[in-house]
Formats: sequence, structure tokens, C-alpha cells
Amino acid sequence: MERSFIFRNPSVLIFLGCLALFTLGVTMMSEAAGSGLISTSFVKTLGKTLCLCLVAIAMDLVWGYCGILSLGHFAFFGLGGYMIGMWLMYARTRDIVVASLANAAIPPTDQEISDAIGNQIFGVVGSAEFPLVWAFSSSLTMQLALVILVPGLLALVFGWLAFRSRVTGVYLSILTQAMTLALALYLFQNDSGLRGNNGLSGLQNIPGADAVPQSVMSLWFLWASALALGLGYLLAAWVVSGKFGSVIRGIRDDEARVRFLGYPVESFKLFIFVLTAIIAGIAGALYYPQAGIINPAEVAPIASIYLAVWVAIGGRGRLYGAVIGAAFVSLVSSWFTGGQVPGFSLGAYTVNWVDWWQVILGLSFVMVTLFAPKGIGGLVDLMTGARAPDRHGADLGPDKGSLQEQEATQ
Amino acid sequence: MRVTLLALIALCLSVLSTTAQDTTVQDLMQSHRAVIEKGSRTTIEPAISALAESGLPAVQRVLQKWQAKDMWQRNADGLFFYGAEAEDRQVRLFDFADDAEIGLFPKSELTQLKPNSGVRALIGAALVQFQLADPNPERRRAALLAIQRDPDASQLAPLRASIADEPDTDIRAQKERLAQLLTIGYDKDEAQRIAAIEAVSGSLSLDVRATLNPLLQTRPMVAPANETPSANVARFLQPGTADLSAGDAYAMLVEAGLATARATEADRIAALAANIENGAVAGIPVAQLNTTENRDRAYAALVAADKAPPFVTEADVGNALTAHQFFEVYSDPSAAVTTAAAKALAATDRTVGFNQALDLALDALSLASIFFLAAIGLAITFGVMGVINMAHGEFIMMGAYTGYVVQQIIPDYTVSILVALPAAFAITFAAGVAMERLVIRWLYNRPLETLLATFGISIALQQIAKNIFGTQARPLTSPAWLDGAWVLNDVVSISYIRIAIFVLALIFLGVFLFIMKRTRLGLETRAVTQNPRMAASMGINPDRVNMLTFGLGSGIAGIAGVAIGLFAKVTSELGSDYIVQSFMTVVVGGVGNIWGTLAGAAMIGFLQKGIEWANPSNTLAAQTYMIIFIIIFIQFRPRGIIALKGRAAGD
Repeated sequence: MERSFIFRNPSVLIFLGCLALFTLGVTMMSEAAGSGLISTSFVKTLGKTLCLCLVAIAMDLVWGYCGILSLGHFAFFGLGGYMIGMWLMYARTRDIVVASLANAAIPPTDQEISDAIGNQIFGVVGSAEFPLVWAFSSSLTMQLALVILVPGLLALVFGWLAFRSRVTGVYLSILTQAMTLALALYLFQNDSGLRGNNGLSGLQNIPGADAVPQSVMSLWFLWASALALGLGYLLAAWVVSGKFGSVIRGIRDDEARVRFLGYPVESFKLFIFVLTAIIAGIAGALYYPQAGIINPAEVAPIASIYLAVWVAIGGRGRLYGAVIGAAFVSLVSSWFTGGQVPGFSLGAYTVNWVDWWQVILGLSFVMVTLFAPKGIGGLVDLMTGARAPDRHGADLGPDKGSLQEQEATQ
Repeated sequence: MRVTLLALIALCLSVLSTTAQDTTVQDLMQSHRAVIEKGSRTTIEPAISALAESGLPAVQRVLQKWQAKDMWQRNADGLFFYGAEAEDRQVRLFDFADDAEIGLFPKSELTQLKPNSGVRALIGAALVQFQLADPNPERRRAALLAIQRDPDASQLAPLRASIADEPDTDIRAQKERLAQLLTIGYDKDEAQRIAAIEAVSGSLSLDVRATLNPLLQTRPMVAPANETPSANVARFLQPGTADLSAGDAYAMLVEAGLATARATEADRIAALAANIENGAVAGIPVAQLNTTENRDRAYAALVAADKAPPFVTEADVGNALTAHQFFEVYSDPSAAVTTAAAKALAATDRTVGFNQALDLALDALSLASIFFLAAIGLAITFGVMGVINMAHGEFIMMGAYTGYVVQQIIPDYTVSILVALPAAFAITFAAGVAMERLVIRWLYNRPLETLLATFGISIALQQIAKNIFGTQARPLTSPAWLDGAWVLNDVVSISYIRIAIFVLALIFLGVFLFIMKRTRLGLETRAVTQNPRMAASMGINPDRVNMLTFGLGSGIAGIAGVAIGLFAKVTSELGSDYIVQSFMTVVVGGVGNIWGTLAGAAMIGFLQKGIEWANPSNTLAAQTYMIIFIIIFIQFRPRGIIALKGRAAGD
């Protein structure tokens, strides 16, 4: 019993309990349950936030535990969204087209229906043909498989190329950022086959579920997101516990040492990179049906950097830190930028929070990096009185200054 | 009849009244009086050419006045004068021959000649010869320009005639050249045209190409297979190939009336829908008509019952296509001319291709110098100090906004640029030093966190710029002497701003090398870079060196910002547009080496222009491919083009 997974990771149980309570609470207070304390749009926001927490867990795995500062995980998130979005858009348009052609004197052939769908979807980019990437869009199963396969394969190819040539540290960060930029620029083109900068829209309408009101639908997605978050948390906690977890933490702290101990560092890093890309893809596939629209701007490098910001503010190297950071920063951000916070007057100048929130966020990020490297999660340590062993070394960190056990040499 | 008689008498009188043997302009006009009065484009030709060829001195005036609608005819005797409207609905008339004033006449006794635009164009063409021989060289030049803009067969003869008497050698050369082009386009004599074509072969100029290209224009034609086409055939086309799809070929047949049009799917559906009886078409239930086979069957049944026109099948199309031949025909009928033109254009294409490559290389060079400018500051902070500065782009932006603000204060563009450069350096130097002191020096051992912290500063700075200057682009105007471009020929040109940026990049390279190799600061910087503790024990203060180096890198970013702002829009996002490319430049070139940065900038600049040239329609795709190429490049040279060796290279 003492050696069981849950016993060694009590935080998992606490987290799952909190998540269940949260989901239950939101469900009770939602419009669908009749009380209407929480509006449907806010339920959607909460559902989306859960998805962001999931991708933050992926980011924490790859950065906080493995030391790879990937500035490309939001690209995987977006790709997952695009994959599910293709099916949603295809199936939804198909329903509309079939309904409109049903009144024709002569029933349409399959080819005519497909042409009409193509016209409907790709009309905005001046095309009517289905590009090759839409080959499986008619099949939900295939597209769900692609949600996992496309980000996974991209991460596999990119990671294999990057890790085998020993690209590490800031170089790797810049390279992942370049990958994200390349993907975003590619998606921005009209002939990329994904509707250019129009993106995919109308994703909130689930095909075949027209009878279900959005208030109920939002709850379904909230449950699905909560389930995915719970499972993702469990998986991540399992991955980082035990021997495997020790190895990847070792890679973060001193890659060369782990390599000399005989571990295939590249394979470990590749595994984590691909796994987190897949988690990010799944999170995106749950996020965008709630958001309703996806366009290439979502994939832009800045989004991935914000992801790193959330994890850093929440606290790297602990899974609940990532969740707290993502939930806290994204909710506070949307509260400030939503224009609901009243500005205050400084005599001649009125501070408008919509304009100044970004400044506050940027500076608070600098503050967290400088003064609280452990982030919000560090508060838990303060409360429980847990203290890291005083090693006289520099702060925890994945590179040069990490865990320098200088007392051994002094 | 009486009018004609009167006119004749008037004519005789006027002939008699002038000196005996010389015909005057008035006589000439009177002899063509009918057509002049009628003023129709189709019949006016003989009158104008008679005037133009008469060689009389007053003809130019006649044509000009006529064209300007200043010619009046006296109703009483039908004589033509020019005149200007005077007071009391009267017109002051003048004689064409000697400019003598005839007197004031009431408008009611006169008829104003108002040639329509077609006639005016013919008059204009006739006037060209006078303008070409005009004593004023400016007029002659203007006439040449007019011909060049709107060449016409009628201008060839007067142009050639005017060459011999041309006093100005420059204009004469222009005239000869223009005559050559007109010969190519309009001469009746084939040998002359070919000679002219061969003379201009390989020329780069746009007007030569504009003259030759129309000769080689083709149009597709169709004829029965057994006929030999009489026109000047460029090539034969095989239907069903990439040159001519079977569908297009059949459409040509239909258009030429050689085949019946195919019914479209919509026609077929309409025919089927029109023949629904009791929920079925020809015995096939409507619900089953959702496959092509069933529709074919139903339609065949309709055709058999004579209720729909027969459907043109694929076999019919195939037969029709084999029974005809398809070919492209030159619009110019002479095969010898088109062959010569094609040969001349091929020679031109080679020259143009070479010059385009040169132009592309100049473009790439200027892009490379922009990247170099943007990256050189980064090469200092990232390369020399190992500090990654995500706010570098925002320093570039600050420099550009400094230039904008200085221009608001100092209206003279030249002075303001000269003030803006040091001002931008000072401001971004201060910002860089402040940032180093407050943030970066605490994070020297944590490069990933430096990246994130500087990113935080970057978004804060961007938002502050947005709050101060708004989201719209601000203009940073370059001084007038930087406007325009250095034009080598019709293909190769480069704007002065780009040359200035290239020069600025060279200056920066020199300054950087000087500071690093020849000054105390450079020596200390290199020492601290190689081994900070050893440097410190030698009496160097690493803190101070780091601070100054970081300030220097940031200051150069500010100057680069002024330069970039001159040709790009100054917005709060200016910096982030360049940051990824700048990092790429430094990483590809090799960290810690200015020559590497230069090589990286050159490679990225040439690569981007090369990809844009290969895929001109899509600059977004060019950037995508470039980044993918760089990612692959890093695989083979992870430390960049010029990698440092030894301990300085780090791990």
C-alpha cells in the first residue's frame, strides 16, 4: 500500500477531487440545470479554460520536467483543433447542403452533394475543390485519429531532427518558435487547403445534435474537458513518477551526465516531446468546438509563448502549478481584456485596463521570473512548510545553473 | 445644286483673286470642301492627306485650328477661316495663309467645324510630321513621346522623312530608334522589317520588347484535318494534352460551328425534371435518379422517345476532335518576320534573364543588409554575451518611433534623420542598460528564463507603444535625396534607400569590428566572454563590461530601427516582424562571430529572394519554405555556418 502510486502522489487525489467538485458545482449552477447562476457563455469559458489547463500540463511535462522550452506546443494545440474542425465543418455543411438539395426535382448524386459542400466551404478562398488534406474529413473516426496522429507525427519528425543533432537550450526554443511561425504562415495561405486566414468556423454547431440546446452542449463539453484534464493529469503524474520521471528530471538538470550514465537521452526527450504534442492536440480538439472558430492567428508563435508564461507563473516542475497558472492567468486575462474592469483616473490620464493589462502581465512575468521562480505553486510550499534542501547552488533550472551541488567540492 | 454652283463660283473667284500659279491652303480646302464639311472619319482621309502632303506653310496652322475646333466657315461663300469668339455673339476671323484679320462676323453667318474624335485623331496623326520638324526641340521630343505611346502605321513615313533634317544628335538618335520600331511593326516591306528586327535583337529596352511581343501573339484556330491551313501557323496542338484540353478543343469546335454543343448537366437535369410523369421519368422512379447510371438510362429513354435532344457522347467528341486539326496562328501573316522576331526575342530573353538575375541579386543583397542591420545588435547580446534578448525587436521599434518623434519636432527631413540616429542610439542604449541592470544580470546562469523575462518586457513595451502612439502606422519620411532609384537599364534598378541601408550595414560592420578589435571595451568584452572569472582577476569589472556591451547591442538596434522605419511602416509590431528572422540570422550564421552573422544574413536574404523568385505569387509560402530550410540546415551545421572552435564554443 505504501508503494502504491496514489500514496506516493497524494496531490493527484486532491487534484482529481477538486476537479470533480468544480465540475459538479458548475453543472449545478449552469442554466441547463435550471438555476442559471452561471451563464452558458461562462460555462464555455470554463470548459475552454480546462482545455488550456490540459495543454499547460503538457507544457509543464516538456519544460518543467524535461527542460525543453518548447515554443511550439500551441501549434500542436491548433493542429488538433484544425483536425476536429475539418470534420465538424464538413459534416455540418453536408447536413445543410443535403437539406437544401432535398427540394430539387431530381435527387442529387453523391458527386453533386460533394461539389456543393466544396463550393460552400472553399468559396471564401475562391476554390470549390476539396484539397488532399480533406480526404478523411467525412469520417469522424479518421479525423479523431488524425487529432492524435498529425501533432504526434509532426512532433516526432521535428523532435527527431532536432534532438539527434543535439540542438538544446535556447537554440531549441528558437527552432520550435520558427516551426510554429512556419506553420502559421503556411496556414495563412489561401491554397493551404484550410481556408487561409478565414480559418474554420461554425464549429460550435455539432452535426446531428441540432436539437440539443447550447446550454446543454456546453455542459457536455465541460464534462469532456474535465475528463480529459483528469486523465491527462493522471497520465502526466504517472509518467513523472518512478524511474522514468527521475530520468527525465535528470535530463533537465544535467543532460550530459544522464547520457554518460548510459541512458538514451534523445529517446527519452523524443518520447516526452511526442507525448506532450499529442496531449496538446487532444486539448485543442476539445477547445475549438467550444470556441466555435479556429484561424491561423491562434497558432502564431505568441500563443505558445503565453503558454510558457502561464506555466512559469503557475510554477514549473509541478503539475498542479501548471493547471493553476493556466486557469489563473487566462481567466484574469479575459476578465481584464473583456473591458469589465473599471478604469481609474490618475488626474490627467485615465488608466484603461484593456490597454494596460498587457503591460501588467508582461511586467508581472518579469517579477515572477526574478523573485518567485517557483510561481504560484511556491505558495503551497510555504503553507505546507516544505522546503527544498538548501544546496547553496543556484536556483532550480534546466541549464547551466541547475542544481549545482557545489557543497561537494567546497 | 445651287449651293454647289455657288461654291464653284466662289472657288473660281478665290483662285482668281490670288497669285496665278500657286494654290493656297484655301484652294486646297475648297477642293475638298464637301468632305471637310461632312467631317466623317470614313471619308475625311483624302482631304487630310492632301493637306498634309501639299507642303504649304499654313497647313500646320489649319490642322491645329481644325483639331482645336477653332475653324469657322463663312456661310456666304463657304470659305474657311480660323477665329476666336468675340463679344456680342460675334466671331473675329483670321486668314490661314497670312494671319491677317478678316474682321468681326456675327455667329449666325458662320458655321463652326467641330470634328469628332475619330477625325481629330486623324488630324493629330497628320500633325505629327509638323511637330517632328518643329524648330522647338521640346515639341519634337513631345511628338516622339506621343508616337511612342501610341504608335501607328501612318507615323512611319513622316518620322523617316524628319530624320534627315534633324539638327539635334540626341533627338536624331531617338528618331532613328523609333523609326526602327515603327518599321518592325508597320512597314509594308518584309525585308526592311526583318532587317530592323535583327538590328534590335538582344536589346533590353521595354519598348523593343513591347514591339516584338505583339508580332508573336497567337490565337488558336481549328480547321478540318485534311485542309492545309493558309495562315502563318505557329504550331499544331494535340487535343487532350496540357496545351489544349479535350473539353476546350471541343468548345472551339462548337464556337466555330463545326460541332453541336454538349448539353450540360444542368440542361440534362432540366430535361429530366420536365418529363416527370407520376413520380417517374421514363419508368425510372425519381428517387432512384441520384446516380449517374440511372440518369443516363432515363435520359436515353427520353431521347429514344424524342422528348429530349440527343446527348453528345464521349465517342462523338472523340470523332469530332480527330476529324479536325487544331493549331495556333500568328496574328502577323509573314512567316519570315515572325521567325526573325522569335529569334530576336530569344536573344533578348537571354539578356533579360541575365539582367533579372543581377536585379534579383541586388534585391537579395539589400534584404540581406536589412537582416544584418536587424541582427547585428542581437549578435552582440546573444552571440557575444550569450544572453537571449526577446525584446530586441522592441528596441528596433523604439528606434523607429524615436525617428518619428524627432521628425515631429524638426521638420527638415535631412536634419531630423541626422538627429534621429544618435537620439535613437542614446535612448535604446539607456533602455538596454536599464534592462541589463534591473533584469538580465540576475539571470546570467538561466538562459531560458532570460528568454522568458525579456519576452515579458517585450510584450509590455509593445503595449506601451500601442498606448502612446496608437495602432495605426506612423510615417517616417526619408529625405528627398533618398527618393528615387538608381536605374541601370529597363530591368535593373535599385532604390537609393536600399543603397543607403547597404552602406549603413557596411558602416556598422566596420564600427563593430573596430570596437571589438581596437578598443579597450572590445578587449574587455572578449575577455569576459571567454572567461569571466579570469577576466575579473585581471582587474576587469565584468558587471560594467556586460552592461556596456548590452547597451551597445541595444543602441545599434535603435539605429537599425530608424533605418528600417524609413521603408517599413512604423507600428508597435515592427520589431516582432523582424525578431524571428534576426534570431535565424544569428543562429544560422554561427553564434559569437560577426562574420557568421554576415554570412547568415546573406544566406537568408538570398534564399528568401530566390524562393520568392521561384514562387512569385506567394510570399507567405516563401517564408514558410525558408524557415523549413533553415530548420533542416541546422541539422547539418548545428553551430551555424561559422562555428567557434574550442572552449569559447561552450558545451
